[in-house]
Amino acid sequence: MTIAGRKVPVTAYIGGIIVLLAVIMILFAPWIAPYPQTKIVGGVWDLPNAKDWLGTDSIGRDMLSRLIYGGRTSVSIALIATCLTMIIGVGLGFVAASTNKLVDNVISRIVDVLLAMPILIFGLMVFAVLGTSIPIMIITIAVLESTRVFRLARAVAMNITVMDYVQVARLRGEGIGWVIFREILPNALPPLVAEFGLRFCFTFLFIASLSFLGLGIQPPAADWGSMVHDNAQAISFGGFAPLFPAGAIAVVTIGVNLVVDWLLSIHALPAGAGAEI
Amino acid sequence: MGILRFVAARAALGVLTLIAVSILLYLGTQLLPGDVASALLGQSATPEALAVLRAKLGLNEPAYLRYLHWLWGVVHGNLGNSLTTGTPIASALMPRLGNTLFLAGYAAIIAVPLAVGLGILSAIREGSLMDRLASILSLATISFPEFFVSYILIVVFASELGWLPSLATVYGGMDFWDRVDATTLPAITLTLVVVAHMLRMTRTSTLAVMSAPYVETAFLKGLSRSRVVLSHALPNALGPIINVVAINLAYLVVGVVVVEVVFVYPGVGQLMVDAVTKRDLPVVQACGLVFAIVFIGLNTIADICAALANPRLRSRKRQ
Repeated sequence: MTIAGRKVPVTAYIGGIIVLLAVIMILFAPWIAPYPQTKIVGGVWDLPNAKDWLGTDSIGRDMLSRLIYGGRTSVSIALIATCLTMIIGVGLGFVAASTNKLVDNVISRIVDVLLAMPILIFGLMVFAVLGTSIPIMIITIAVLESTRVFRLARAVAMNITVMDYVQVARLRGEGIGWVIFREILPNALPPLVAEFGLRFCFTFLFIASLSFLGLGIQPPAADWGSMVHDNAQAISFGGFAPLFPAGAIAVVTIGVNLVVDWLLSIHALPAGAGAEI
Repeated sequence: MGILRFVAARAALGVLTLIAVSILLYLGTQLLPGDVASALLGQSATPEALAVLRAKLGLNEPAYLRYLHWLWGVVHGNLGNSLTTGTPIASALMPRLGNTLFLAGYAAIIAVPLAVGLGILSAIREGSLMDRLASILSLATISFPEFFVSYILIVVFASELGWLPSLATVYGGMDFWDRVDATTLPAITLTLVVVAHMLRMTRTSTLAVMSAPYVETAFLKGLSRSRVVLSHALPNALGPIINVVAINLAYLVVGVVVVEVVFVYPGVGQLMVDAVTKRDLPVVQACGLVFAIVFIGLNTIADICAALANPRLRSRKRQ
């Protein structure tokens, strides 16, 4: 099969299939999961067996069912945070690129300060002050990560604002809203779609890490990061319960990454361009 | 002269950034509903007790004065007292900082030669089996969360093979080699986490230089590919490579947070996570500041080294 005049590589197919399976699993969780997510079906950290395919967790719940339900929380929260990140980052980036120099300078300097520190450290700081809850976590991540998106969106928009058709639209007397939504956005879309995928990977891993540290998604909502946290002790007893949720996180990230790599190769951006810190 | 001016300007920018970040770290606590005093004493505190504590903590001063006091203390090695234990933060932080730097340094000693070597090798043999293997490996390690890598290593090397301890227990006065033994698994985890990015960037920087006309000339002279890469392309790719290495070292120091928690290693990262759960703000601030100094410091060094290795970069920045 060819898309955009290029052959779709095998890796993109693998990525696509992983993403598709994850989506199906998340949408139809109650029909797929063998047990309800809170039901205790066996002993503590039973090894995988015919009844519980992936064994049981720290209080004897079926690991496979927890995994299927947990995916819902992990993926949906990461998606919401990524959407918010893109809206803030792209919005500010376009505004900085298409309004006057002062606005651009003010936004850019603030972003520079936020970029000077790893997201995790700022994030921990905010959680120490405001406590941990899902809305606070989503907003914090979105604000901090939007600084990374801002740089790309601004750079892309800068290249578009100098085009003749944007000048024409301005001379025609169109407002900034028109310029951003009708002139810049459609032309900036391809790199932003790839950026969305990369940001999703990053957000997904980041939220998983926070949950693992016990600072992200709080019980009773099950998510993959906190499942690793809850089952970490199993390792000392010769079990490998935390490997399942941790592996699920890894597989989904690889799937999205493979698709993104393919998208990036279509638009001839360097591979891994977004794999920044 | 030009070099000195660039270095001075870049160092000044680093200091400015650090000040801006420290202001953000300090004033961030102003977002707290109520203030530190009411958070400390809880709901049932009497107004008198609150007033006494506010005076004791200096909360009646305006925010910028408190910031300057705090900064003054920090510069003189006084980071304040922990809210939960009441002991000076500096005395708890310093040994942990040593531990964290030891772990990060250990990981760097493995990661840097490995990543740069493999990166250059994949650039020399672009498209070969080794190159593709390296790119698959780097995709995998970018996608794997740190704790996944950690637990796989623990299951394999600690639980199954029993070669290394699964918990990185260290204490003061520990023998150097015992310490190395205890921190090997966390160091390997960290290595795997940063190696991918470094490898990719080294490869990309080397390949970018490879497309320059003078490299083509070298090829046309009939030189072998490895000779062209090593003696023609590499010297010019060195700037970006040094930059990538330094940036990744900065990431290493922050990447330790999760790894330290997994291996129950007494470092700054674990201290910070603990303090966040207990909402011990002064400790969180102090840890945040330490990370900021290391991170911004290494980034500044990265830029300066990159400029020193590449004269063109110097002049471009000055314009």
